[in-house]
Amino acid sequence: MLEFIIYKSIICTIIFVVSLGIAAYSTWWERKFAGLLQDRWGPSRAGIWGLLQPLADGGKMLFKEEIIPNVSNKFLFVLAPALFIVTAIMAGVLIPWGPSVKIGETFYALQVSDINVGVIFLLGVTSIGVYGIMIGGWASNNKYSLLGAIRASAQMISYELAMGIALIALIITAGGTLSFSEIVAAQDKGVANIVWQPLGFIIFFICALAETNRAPFDLAECETELVGGYHTEYSAFKLGLFLFAEYINMFVSSAVMAGFYFGGYNFPFAHELYQAMGLQEGSWIISLIGFGAYFTKTLIFISVFMWIRWTIPRFRYDQLMNLGWKSLLPLSLLNLLITVVVEYFRGNINL
Amino acid sequence: MQLTKRSIVVSNKEQSFAEKIYFPAIIKGMAITFSHLFKKRPTIMYPEVKRQYSDVYRGQHILKLDENGAERCTSCGMCAVACPAEAIIMESAERKKGEEHLYREEKYAKTYEINMLRCIFCGLCEEACPKEAIFLTDKIVDAEYERDTFIYGKDKLVEKIDKRIDVTKRQTPEVLEFKKLPGLKHNELYQKKLNKEKH
Repeated sequence: MLEFIIYKSIICTIIFVVSLGIAAYSTWWERKFAGLLQDRWGPSRAGIWGLLQPLADGGKMLFKEEIIPNVSNKFLFVLAPALFIVTAIMAGVLIPWGPSVKIGETFYALQVSDINVGVIFLLGVTSIGVYGIMIGGWASNNKYSLLGAIRASAQMISYELAMGIALIALIITAGGTLSFSEIVAAQDKGVANIVWQPLGFIIFFICALAETNRAPFDLAECETELVGGYHTEYSAFKLGLFLFAEYINMFVSSAVMAGFYFGGYNFPFAHELYQAMGLQEGSWIISLIGFGAYFTKTLIFISVFMWIRWTIPRFRYDQLMNLGWKSLLPLSLLNLLITVVVEYFRGNINL
Repeated sequence: MQLTKRSIVVSNKEQSFAEKIYFPAIIKGMAITFSHLFKKRPTIMYPEVKRQYSDVYRGQHILKLDENGAERCTSCGMCAVACPAEAIIMESAERKKGEEHLYREEKYAKTYEINMLRCIFCGLCEEACPKEAIFLTDKIVDAEYERDTFIYGKDKLVEKIDKRIDVTKRQTPEVLEFKKLPGLKHNELYQKKLNKEKH
């Protein structure tokens, strides 16, 4: 039992620290990448290549004056950013970062919690995340904040449907399991799910952009129309938590995409490579290589998120709704239909 | 009316299928932004790398010393008169005995102030100076926190004896010739203008 607690706390700490670190350095990479795409250099003053920029930003956020509006609902105002960041980090517990390590006789999974209904848990937790935005926007008692919050929640509801249906198709392809680690492990034998689910991946990707409130779906915080959107009234570290949580969301959804559709810690010719290196199953080197593969995929997805942000202009609100309800929802249903037919002929579904 | 060959006539025609699904346009746009990753950047990392200024760049002023280290300025006030922004104020004083090594002529500027917030760096003071005393250098005026500190006195303006600043590039033969004209040409022009205004 003690062993189990130690193992889980180590994994928890590592995942927590890595999530926060990635979120912090996402802000750096966002600015650096934006600069590079726009013929600039981006942050370059704090440390070499501006690598200390996240620390400087964090320090700024900590030491700035904290303002809580008089007319706000103070309890909810403080609760909102906490709720947002907690749910953002909670979604990260599912991700199986690498093949299990064998220490002694037991296998230790590089995953905080292997919930057997992982996909449902993921959808549930990410939709709780929008409560943070809603409560924050409402508690601010500011028209702009409220408008931002309404937009965010309407957007979440619209895109969650298409996302869920795209995931159902994925689950059928993955062999009917709802566990994240089993979905990733299923891609170990065959090919990555993207081969069978190209349309599903595109739908999921667009929905992930919308769920994380990233451009071109960042209507909830568009500066030109709503000042700062739902976090207009927030300052100092509460604002920092909101921004931070958004990057954690981005990190988690990138990891989810890499795991669901691109094989997670698996990569082509992995087994041949391990055999050539003479590694036994459960060796920590295999775990390390697998973790590296997964992490690289995740980072590539984060970069693609940013690349899209600095290319595509923001959708108008009605365009957003049109896309969600009139295009993505029928498309995801069509994808589900195609998947069922294809899987029937592949022999994975028995009627 | 077509003004350039690049102008495109706007139309409200129905979008084609390719336009409706956005994807071709999005991929095209992403290719464009991606290509910018490898473009040459015009950024100059300012404090470390300085871009090359012209030899006659007009920056912060300097009051030159002569070969012996005495101040050249005789506080004639030509620069203050020439200054269109009225940024220069000076106070004259008489040279005492024993100060010959400090001031070149009998009269000198006791105080000499340039307000760097008023100054427009036109260089007319340099042009007006009959004693080759004031020059503009390629140094950029520093940023300050207070308005008062932008009024530069003699402590900041006079050239340091151990840190002489080379201004020979500003004294081209043409400039020197211009300054040698009898009665100083710019002065004549100024007189003419005054006379015109009187009549």
